[in-house]
Amino acid sequence: MSAALASAVQPRARPGRSIFRNHAVRAVISLSTFLLLWELGSRMHLPWVGDVPAPTVVMKAWLPLLSDPGYWYSWFQSSRRVLTGFLAAMLVGIPLGLVMATSRIFRDVTFPVFEILRPVPPLAWVPAAIIFWPTQELSIGFVIFLGAIFTIMLNVIGGARSIDLRFFQAARSMGASSWDIFRRIVLPGVLPSIVVGCEVGIGITWNVVVAAEMISGGGGAIQSSAGGGLGFFIWSSYIGSSYPQIVVGMISIGIAGYISSAIIRRLGRLITPWTRAR
Amino acid sequence: MSAVARAGAVAAGRHGAKGAIRIDKVDKVYYAREGPVQAVSECSLDIRGGEICMIVGPSGCGKTTLLNAIAGFHDITGGAIYLDGEMLCGPDKPKAEPGPDRVVVFQNGALFPWKTNLENVAFGPVVQRKLTPRQAAEKARGMMVDAGLAGVEHNYPGEVSSGMRRRVEIVRALMNDPKVLLLDEPFRALDSLTKSVMHEALLEIYYKNKVTIFFITHDLEEAIFLGHRVAIMTTRPCRPKKILNVDIPHPRNYSVLTSPRFRELMEETVSAVHEEAVKAFEAGEKEM
Repeated sequence: MSAALASAVQPRARPGRSIFRNHAVRAVISLSTFLLLWELGSRMHLPWVGDVPAPTVVMKAWLPLLSDPGYWYSWFQSSRRVLTGFLAAMLVGIPLGLVMATSRIFRDVTFPVFEILRPVPPLAWVPAAIIFWPTQELSIGFVIFLGAIFTIMLNVIGGARSIDLRFFQAARSMGASSWDIFRRIVLPGVLPSIVVGCEVGIGITWNVVVAAEMISGGGGAIQSSAGGGLGFFIWSSYIGSSYPQIVVGMISIGIAGYISSAIIRRLGRLITPWTRAR
Repeated sequence: MSAVARAGAVAAGRHGAKGAIRIDKVDKVYYAREGPVQAVSECSLDIRGGEICMIVGPSGCGKTTLLNAIAGFHDITGGAIYLDGEMLCGPDKPKAEPGPDRVVVFQNGALFPWKTNLENVAFGPVVQRKLTPRQAAEKARGMMVDAGLAGVEHNYPGEVSSGMRRRVEIVRALMNDPKVLLLDEPFRALDSLTKSVMHEALLEIYYKNKVTIFFITHDLEEAIFLGHRVAIMTTRPCRPKKILNVDIPHPRNYSVLTSPRFRELMEETVSAVHEEAVKAFEAGEKEM
């Protein structure tokens, strides 16, 4: 008993004293272990990993691209498309979700359509998008838009409907009008869910960017080997059988997605400061 | 607090003060999956203006149904409720209009988590357009300081203790200058030590802002300590079984709990409460 007490009283190692406690260090360790295993697997031709170009090979393909404006133009193109499609999804999805959450009639009328369209993968929309929209850019934007909107809407609807009934009762009893309730209860109440929806949604837009761009043949961009967007970059690398470049494209999209989600998360925390209080 | 204010507070519960509630033969039937449930039946209770009226009954006896009817959250199916002689709800108007003259403090708290404590307290006058946000914040700050809440104004509710939160919520209700404060087991989730602090804090607040207090609880000790009168309710359907006049003078503090008179009153009522609790238990009523 006393021994247990003594050990409990003993000061624990202060956070930060051990280098492993720093999460940046943990991230570096995790990434380098991953790269190392990949390199080894690739060199030793282990099953599955063997056919994937090793990280060193990928780097060799990547380095010259870093000074290729076409590669950076691909970044720009894809980011622009993702951003436009995503903003459109927010502009349409958030108000629509709010109306669906607050109006029973509207929900009853629109929800079945919403639920039928929702499971259709963005890839399946590609042919329709090409037929429906007059320009390739619009077709691409539309597919990206579809990738994000359902997630955003679902989160808005779920968030609005899970707002505690007592908040509405309290507001009503303090004399709030319906408009006040919408503005001061529903909107802030649903904001954390909007942030979550956007964070997930922007990840999905990067998921669909390959599908969206590969049909558009570069979208009329600079006709260098790269320049039609990162998704198209992967597709054309595949057509040209340059496997290391495919991996470069994959990693590039991974990084882009990570950065976008991190930005949304950061912005989200700024506009919902109270969520840190719990 | 000045001696005059205290004397005024002691006199509370007399006729003439604002905020008298008359509950007149109220019925409430609601329809559950198992069929109609008579939650409240022929319930009559006269609450004087400025009185602390404690409503005691087992869980699920229908106390909250009564509170919801006064607050205007639910309708009634018979009888009428009046506030200072004016009908809130009755035969022609089964559901009262919620309003800032009767503000509710909820069981588990309903402070808006996205507003700071100060913004929460200032909410009522701002949405009623009675004060500008700046004036409301000014008034709210003053009231929070009075209630011992200086220093947490700019914290979010999630950042302060649950006892603090309850106090903020009571101050938020009082900001509306209500005639009646409707408290639905406000201290239920607190530990007994915090609870005892909150009781005295509530009385302090009450002595400064004499409002009628309709206070639901199932804690008899709490009821006798705080109330001018204690209405012990029957379990479903809910109606007063016994009304206890607590003749311990206000202002009270915690020494009251050990006084012989307090013990006598406890003894007088504990069996009535117990009887209903057993009935409720045997009926297998679930938590409402």
